[in-house]
Amino acid sequence: MSDNVIKSSPLESLHVELGGKMVPFSGWNMPVQYTSNMDEHLAVREAVGIFDISHMGQFILRGDGAEEWLNGLLSNDLKKLAVGEAQYTFMLNEEGGVIDDLIAYRFGDDEIFLVVNASMIDEDFSWLCNQLDEGLELTNESNEWAGMAVQGPDSAARYEKLFPRRTLPKRNGIDVWEDDGVRYMVCNTGYTGEDGFELFVSVEQGISWFKLFVDSGAKPCGLGARDSLRLEVCYPLNGSDLSPKRTPIEAGLGFFCALEKPFIGRDALVRQKREGLKERLVGIKYIGRGAPPRAHYGVYSKSGNQIGYLTSGVFSPSLKEGIGMGYLPVEFANVGTEVDIDVRGRMFPAIVVKKPFYKKREFRHKSTSNF
Amino acid sequence: MSIPENLQYTADHEWISLDGDVVTVGITNHAQEELTDIVFVELPEVGRECSEEEGIAVVESVKAASDIYAPLAGDIVEVNTDLEADPGLVNTDPHGKGWMFKMRVKDLSDIDSLMDSTAYTSHIGG
Repeated sequence: MSDNVIKSSPLESLHVELGGKMVPFSGWNMPVQYTSNMDEHLAVREAVGIFDISHMGQFILRGDGAEEWLNGLLSNDLKKLAVGEAQYTFMLNEEGGVIDDLIAYRFGDDEIFLVVNASMIDEDFSWLCNQLDEGLELTNESNEWAGMAVQGPDSAARYEKLFPRRTLPKRNGIDVWEDDGVRYMVCNTGYTGEDGFELFVSVEQGISWFKLFVDSGAKPCGLGARDSLRLEVCYPLNGSDLSPKRTPIEAGLGFFCALEKPFIGRDALVRQKREGLKERLVGIKYIGRGAPPRAHYGVYSKSGNQIGYLTSGVFSPSLKEGIGMGYLPVEFANVGTEVDIDVRGRMFPAIVVKKPFYKKREFRHKSTSNF
Repeated sequence: MSIPENLQYTADHEWISLDGDVVTVGITNHAQEELTDIVFVELPEVGRECSEEEGIAVVESVKAASDIYAPLAGDIVEVNTDLEADPGLVNTDPHGKGWMFKMRVKDLSDIDSLMDSTAYTSHIGG
């Protein structure tokens, strides 16, 4: 962070009005919950919830050769990204460690939009600017957009209701338009494992749109629910599950690294793949009841040696059991390996399980395609 | 839910009910509202000797763990084992079925240091 000033979301006054408990997060004052972490979590799994994501950062890159240049700094392959589509990708250091995980959206042949983590806005921006090719223009629009994520099985119905003249873009798709001088951007993406979309509007429009969704039945949800939702589906949190000392390969996210093209960190990833991993990010679930697992708790082998620690942990509101993730030596990383979690000196038995912990409920509907 | 007049209170949001030299201790309605969604309660061992303000139990919500302190010096004589299976009792009935432990108080005059319901009401800004 360039300074210690806590920034306010453009939606802050509305959060307070809605009863949100505000806490500092990544340099921003954000609602951690409104009424109940549990209720908010379940609303997203069963109906629809809305989150303020105005703290996320937005950059736009424009100019001849934008794709070519940026492709050398991001792990996923932008050449595979069609106009109007998004891809999950990493910005890595030379050692292959994660600087940030982000989403790249293609607006045009040489116009790419990036959504980055709140805590990394300044660092990402200078990392990119310091290497920027002549003729390219990179702008930080993070303070110009208010953002909200509408997530849950009923999210599409809310979209149709509030944007009757537009069609929700397909998974990972993006729709950008201007209406009455107001800019809108909708992406079919999210951080909860449910269907849903993320809407960005200019800062001045933020409160009224958030309100419209709440009035249409979306439950306001805080960062607490956002964290438990993403952990149930094993989406990593940068700064916890990802760090400059860990590569996407160790995190099990090699799918988002196009090793056939050159990019910063690629050689380290190739070497790591060739030499084999020493540690891997695994999902760990309690066996039976116990004090909820949390980040930084030690993970022990059954013979009593510490083999790692949890990078994330929570009591899962959907599964009603303790879940977490952590890097473990490969010999302990196999599904079915039993371990202990140290909670204030007391050991709770747990087991390495397949990720994710939770999968979206698929709605049964009559097939219309079998003719 | 109100702040019952028949109970005593600490600044750490515990309530205390006195019966002879044994007190029953739980967390207040205000505390459970702040914590919300209690999913685990770690209770002290019966027989444990505690000094005043010693952390002896932990209440965990989905997001955070909070220490519960011994309101007075004494010995733990009973704990509410129902909370192992149903920690949510602390949310639904904080002053009743959500009680946490009973302790035999070492020095009954320590009780005088606790707050009554009026003092506690102003303590939480009510």
